[in-house]
Order: sequence, then C-alpha cells, then structure tokens
Amino acid sequence: MKSCLVVDDSRVIRMVARKILEELNFEVIEAEDGKVALDACNKSLPDAVLLDWNMPVMDGLEFLVALRQLPGNENVQVIFCTTENDLEHIQKAISAGANEYIMKPFDSEIIQSKFTQVGLL
Amino acid sequence: MKVEDFELLAKTVKERSGLVLSKDKAYLLETRLMPVARKHGLKGLDELSDQVRRRNETLIGDITEAMTTNESLFFRDNKPFDQFKAAVLPGLMKAREGQKRVRIWSAACSSGQEPYSLSMLIKEEGAKLTDWRFDIMATDISMEMINKAKAGIYTQFEVQRGLPITLLIKYFKQNGDKWILDSAIRSMVQFKPFNLLESLSGMGQFDIVFCRNVLIYFDQATKGKVLDGIANQLADDGVLYLGGAETVLGITDRFAPVPGYRGMYQKKGGTPAVVPAST
Ligand SMILES: C[S@@+](CC[C@H](N)C(=O)[O-])C[C@H]1O[C@@H](n2cnc3c(N)ncnc32)[C@H](O)[C@@H]1O
Repeated sequence: MKSCLVVDDSRVIRMVARKILEELNFEVIEAEDGKVALDACNKSLPDAVLLDWNMPVMDGLEFLVALRQLPGNENVQVIFCTTENDLEHIQKAISAGANEYIMKPFDSEIIQSKFTQVGLL
Repeated sequence: MKVEDFELLAKTVKERSGLVLSKDKAYLLETRLMPVARKHGLKGLDELSDQVRRRNETLIGDITEAMTTNESLFFRDNKPFDQFKAAVLPGLMKAREGQKRVRIWSAACSSGQEPYSLSMLIKEEGAKLTDWRFDIMATDISMEMINKAKAGIYTQFEVQRGLPITLLIKYFKQNGDKWILDSAIRSMVQFKPFNLLESLSGMGQFDIVFCRNVLIYFDQATKGKVLDGIANQLADDGVLYLGGAETVLGITDRFAPVPGYRGMYQKKGGTPAVVPAST
C-alpha cells in the first residue's frame, strides 16, 4: 500500500482528501502544518505528499525546500494543493521541487488525474 | 412526453448524428431539450416536435447538438498518448523519412483537448522534428465545439484533468480563471465541422486517425460504415485509435488490433509503421 501525507491546516480539507485517497488505496497520514509534516518525514518518508501552501508555523514551500534536503527524498512525489492559483506560484513550486500542482477547489477526478500523472496510480 | 414525439425526436437525432437514443433515455431527452425549446420560444416538447415535423432546420441542428456528449480531457487515458510518443512517432519518422510529412485526423475532437494533446506532444519532441511537417486536422459535428476548440480557452477544471503541470506552465497563459493555449500550439491544428455520417472520401489520406469515444454512441451498422470509411482514408501502414470501450471486432474486417497496444488498430493486411511492442 502506498502512503500519502496530507498537509493542510484545514481539518475539513484533510478529511475530504483522506476520503478520496483512501478510496484510491492510499494509506493516509495527516499533518496540520509544515513543521509537523517535516517531523513525520524525518521519521519515515511517504510515497506522496499532498501539500497546502498557506499554513501557520511552517508553510508549504518552506516544508518542500526542507524535504528536498532529506536523503531519499527523490522518491517522494510532492503535489501542491492550494488556492494560490496563479502561474507565478506554480512556477515557484515546480522550481522548488514540486512534481505536480492542484489548484483548489479540487475533486476526486482531479486528485486521481494528478496522482496518475506522477506515476502513483 | 408522448411516445410518438420521443420516436420522432430519436429518429431525427439518429439520422443527423448517428446517436442512438433507446427508450430509457427519454428522461435525458427531456432534460436536454427543454432548454432548446425555451431558446426557440416553444412551450414544451409537443411544440418542439411539431416544429421538427415541419422541418425547422435550425431547431433540428440545435436538438442534435444538445443530445451529443462532448465530454473530453487532455491526454485522455494517458496510455494511447504514451504509445503515440514511444512507438508511433518513431515508426512514422522512419517510414516517412523521404517526404517528412505526416497527416493526423482527430475525427470527433469535441472542445479540442485531443488534437491539442497531440500538438503539444509533437512540439515537445522539438529538434528531432524540425523540417518535418505535421498536419493535424480536427473535426466534429458540433459547430459550438469547433468554435470552443479554435478559441483554445479552458477552465481551471479542464486544465487539471490529464494535462501535466509542466505543459500547463509551458503552453498556456492565464487570464483570470481561464487558461489560454499558446497560438503556436493552436496553429498546428486545423479545425472544421464535419459529420462522420457523410462520405469521408473528400478528407484525403491520413497516417493516423483518432476516432475516440464517439462510435460508442452509434449502432453496429453505423459503426461499421464509419470504420470502413476511415479504412479507405488511412494509409496502408497507418494506425487508427479508438476509445477504451470501443473495438473493431465483430464490426468490420478492415481493421485488426495492433498486437501489444490496446486501443490501436491497423489495416487488415497492412504492416503498421509502429515500433513493435516488446513482449
Ligand atoms: C465524448 S466526445 C469525444 C471527444 C474526444 N474524441 C475524446 O475522446 O475525448 C464525442 C464527440 O463526438 C461528436 N460527434 C457525435 N456524433 C458525431 C458525428 N456524427 N460526426 C462527428 N462528430 C460527432 C460530439 O459532438 C462530441 O464532441
């Protein structure tokens, strides 16, 4: 079973994402900000990270930059999932090492399409 | 709705587009045709049917458009496009080395995602294909879809289904919540309205035909006729792509599946210009 770390400060979004991902057969781990997510990654790397941008304590981009320093990180597919819907943000995320990008609002079809894109489905 | 009205409308739609509406689709007919009736200032499906009996051609055109399903997405099902890149393009580049010209037809292109996926894919091949000429012809029965395809403007939802983010960044500009496809990609495709029930003989010869997710709406006889028509326009070493739920088996003997490639068909007796699948 593949694992996905869902990082979002909204409990509701984490719940919706969890439901969709579990239906796609992922084991879901949750984190409410980048710091908690990074701690989780330091213990064990997931196959995928579904990552919000704006969060308290540590935002998504900072988390991504830190994640890309960890040994073995190249096997982790990072998919941003954010309301930052402009080209500039997308470009910034991709340069920092994101593999895909979802502009909110999302639905199960978009999640499925993006996880297929990164080769996890 | 009255049985005779349903029968009249179903028959009219089938004559015009090939689309088969079985009796259990009566609800679909009602929900899709009420807006058409309103647009034409008609009270309901009775009045609409009367107008059809009087051969109101604009109305009949609108009815046909309303009943077709235009759902499409970029790189639909992924695999066919992966195979196009890995096996069809290299095969064709060898077979067409002399003339360096390839003709592709997207035969039910809807809002353009299918032909544009191909143009982006070809563009991505870059230097390998300079001095090659790719003509991509894209047709659909629906004028509304042809216009939408030509404009190349997609919603945030549409660009997130099937399209890799790297291609979005590279080939689209953003305008509010709309995404506009680069003119360099748009100009690779020539769009025009065309009904697959008409004779295909004026279309010229193609090396590759995409006819995906449209035959599924037709009856066996119509499927067979369209497939035979396509066979006549396809080069002997060309390939035909059908949708995931479509097949030639039991419908025509002019085509056979290309071994190892799902959804890809070759002309019976021909040798397709495709790198064989490794088994
Ligand atoms: C479901 S879409 C498929 C789009 C695309 N090929 C794909 O696979 O995503 C079907 C399209 O077929 C078109 N269509 C239906 N009947 C047709 C006909 N007789 N001739 C040409 N196009 C037709 C519809 O207008 C619609 O845009």
